[in-house]
Amino acid sequence: MTKIPLQFRHNGRDVAIFVDGGTNLLVALRELIGDMTPKFGCGQGGCGTCSVLIDGELHLSCLTLAETVAGRSVETLDGMKQGPNLHPLQRAFADNFAAQCGYCTPGMLMAAKALLDRNPAPSRADVIEAISGNICRCTGYEPIINAILAAAGGRASA
Amino acid sequence: MTRHRGRGMASINYPIGMNLGGDPSQALVHSNPSGKFTVALSSIDLGQGMKSVTRQICAETLGVPVEDVYVDTADSDTGPHCMGSFASRGTHRVGNAVMAAAREARGVMMEAAAEELEVNAADLETDGRGNIHVKGAPHRSISTKDVAIAAQFKQGKTISGRGIFLVPLSDVDPETGEMSPATCYAHACLVAEVEVDDETGEVAMVRMDSAYELGRALNPRLVEQQLVGGAWMGVSHALYETPEPYYPDPVHGPRDFVEYLMPGPGDICPHDIAVLERPAPDGPFGGKGPGEMCANPVLPAVANAIFNAVGVRIDDLPITPEKVLRAIKAQGGARPQARR
Repeated sequence: MTKIPLQFRHNGRDVAIFVDGGTNLLVALRELIGDMTPKFGCGQGGCGTCSVLIDGELHLSCLTLAETVAGRSVETLDGMKQGPNLHPLQRAFADNFAAQCGYCTPGMLMAAKALLDRNPAPSRADVIEAISGNICRCTGYEPIINAILAAAGGRASA
Repeated sequence: MTRHRGRGMASINYPIGMNLGGDPSQALVHSNPSGKFTVALSSIDLGQGMKSVTRQICAETLGVPVEDVYVDTADSDTGPHCMGSFASRGTHRVGNAVMAAAREARGVMMEAAAEELEVNAADLETDGRGNIHVKGAPHRSISTKDVAIAAQFKQGKTISGRGIFLVPLSDVDPETGEMSPATCYAHACLVAEVEVDDETGEVAMVRMDSAYELGRALNPRLVEQQLVGGAWMGVSHALYETPEPYYPDPVHGPRDFVEYLMPGPGDICPHDIAVLERPAPDGPFGGKGPGEMCANPVLPAVANAIFNAVGVRIDDLPITPEKVLRAIKAQGGARPQARR
């Protein structure tokens, strides 16, 4: 099969790879770029742990054809840290014990970032809506919701 | 259409671990020349906090900062034997094994320190901050790092310890068949409040109030986290999850995460938790552990709450809207019971 050349921005850095036609973005990120932060959960858009931002908008990388991100900007959890410092959302997740097994955490953080980027002061209902596409099998939604609200509050007061 | 509120309660006693084969777990603790300690286990941390709690237990027993301990859950090919992470046994069984191993390692560490300070090991104590000093004379001190270096390069000693926890086999009384299957039990009580829609049969959780007795909570935040998540796993078993909704007929079984029902962030309700700490005599620092018990009282409490709300007694899990609706129809309508 012919390889397709693909260039896009990955967490602010230009990357160029060759992908097979039909490769999804999750596989491209994990296997070709080596960014293991988007997780493989179900591979069919049901669990949300592969969530990434494409031009700032939340997408399921397992359902996104890699070719469609040509020239666009892809953000993953790997790019969330601000230099040596944790992002306020990551800090709030740690402070609120919002991870148990941790498998849903990358997707939860990306969904939360997408929310706070467009709505810096969300209500509890907004937060629930924003993470409703993400499954937490440990059912730790309460601390996750609290962490996102805390990050939003901290940001508003900062 | 009416939505009926109902409240139900359930209490449980839950055994910690089991008796089969003595339910053993082993742990190995050793220091490297930097004075940091590694705990080797085969027990697995799958989010319940095994690594955190065994790290705390090891640090506390050794008398070193928690930052100086690393827990390697390795794998069952190379690690010391463990029965596994199940039966609510981790904190108690593995914790006891880690404590025994850390105690032995501490003995060697104190002997090595005694040799360096030229004193009797019985006169030494740890300060919990990475130093060992003579009791009553803190200036006669040596760091655990320097002890580890001396042990490794000068004394030719391994600062290490072995630990195992094994339950004594319980004899069966030939007359009565009585035996003790477990050495300690955790306890819980949970009150569930639900709202049942008598037109659709849907059950929504309104709130949960619960109390748990689980020995000493060695890491209170992890205990709370496990109780919160575990209660929702219980709700999920009570109301949502099944691979075969028409068991034994596999028809209409879920095929993926979209069809397999689980509670989502929009389904959760307020949940009040009280943790009662009664240290267990044979637990590590009194700990027993929440484990499976955090999910178990929820199922009967929810079933009782549904009976209280609409008067139908469903004894087949999960309690789907279809089962509730059929039962309500069979008795000719909702029959709310007295509120208690």
